[in-house]
Amino acid sequence: MSVMKRVSMMFRAKANKALDRMEDPRETLDYSYQTQLELLQKVRRGVADVATSRKRVELQINQLQQSSDKLDRQARDALAVGREDLARDALTRKAGVQSQLNDLNVQYTSLQGEEEKLTGASQRLQAKVDAFRTKKETIKATYTAAEAQTRINEAFTGISEEMGDVGLAIQRAEDKTEQMKARASAIDELMASGALDDMVGGPRDDIQAELDRMGAGSGVEAELERLKNELGQGSGAPRQIEGAAADGAANGPVTDGHPTQASPADQPQAGDGA
Amino acid sequence: MIVRIMGEGQLRVDDSAASELNELDAKLEATVERNDEAAFGSALANLLARVRTLGSPVELEALDSSELILPAEGSTIAEVRQLLTGDGLLPG
Repeated sequence: MSVMKRVSMMFRAKANKALDRMEDPRETLDYSYQTQLELLQKVRRGVADVATSRKRVELQINQLQQSSDKLDRQARDALAVGREDLARDALTRKAGVQSQLNDLNVQYTSLQGEEEKLTGASQRLQAKVDAFRTKKETIKATYTAAEAQTRINEAFTGISEEMGDVGLAIQRAEDKTEQMKARASAIDELMASGALDDMVGGPRDDIQAELDRMGAGSGVEAELERLKNELGQGSGAPRQIEGAAADGAANGPVTDGHPTQASPADQPQAGDGA
Repeated sequence: MIVRIMGEGQLRVDDSAASELNELDAKLEATVERNDEAAFGSALANLLARVRTLGSPVELEALDSSELILPAEGSTIAEVRQLLTGDGLLPG
């Protein structure tokens, strides 16, 4: 039999079963209304939960983006001082960070979609719950228990369909949020372990340490030059590090370079500096 | 008649559309029987798109039940099967 007919039959059967359990149809109204309010609360909590997850993923995206930018800078700096090995290392890490970023962006979009859906579901349910409350009072005031039966059944079946739909939407959203939470935790752990070059993991940042060590001498020179300029004794010569940076950039992309050739010859400053 | 797209709400569709929707629904049913997930996805998307085109939204405060109920866009065959067996899947 047709899919859409079977699904609607399932909904109807569910509502009928609930109706059969009720002894006094007018009690059904109050009981159902209570359940509706509870579901409404649940949907609202669901919306908040999804929003929290989305914000967490957003935060991680920002952190990873910073890491990626930083690694990119480090790769340039490394190339500028002729350390292709370090640059390659930085770019390799950047690729790792980037793949996590892609994954997170997919999750973010999915959570955003879930949030929109639940928000819509919450609005639809709210409207129906309000309508049900009005109808419930009318039915109670106007009809005897026997007369009310048909109208109660109609209203109950109508709203229970909405509740079934919304209930499923929440379940789906909850499942998704749980999955996302697990993945978000995994990424937090990765960041904490330094495997993703956590921004705050200063001591673990060996690339930066190496660059700092190499850059230390030049930094002092540049500072000295700046002071001289301030005091009017400057030679006007460009800062060494900038000259080096320009050379490095002109060497082109690193990815197709040769990892080992640059290292031994170019390293003495690094060794002496520290 | 009123048609519900799960996760989206109810739409009022003219009765004259019934045969067209039934045809699309039969195709959908066939993909479930074949367990053809890819075909199922596109058959469902087709059916939903047609209902959205033909239908106009039912007022939010209406308490009418739907004559036909369609699974949400992006549902899997497994999800629809669960929906049909009604193993406590429908809450409320």
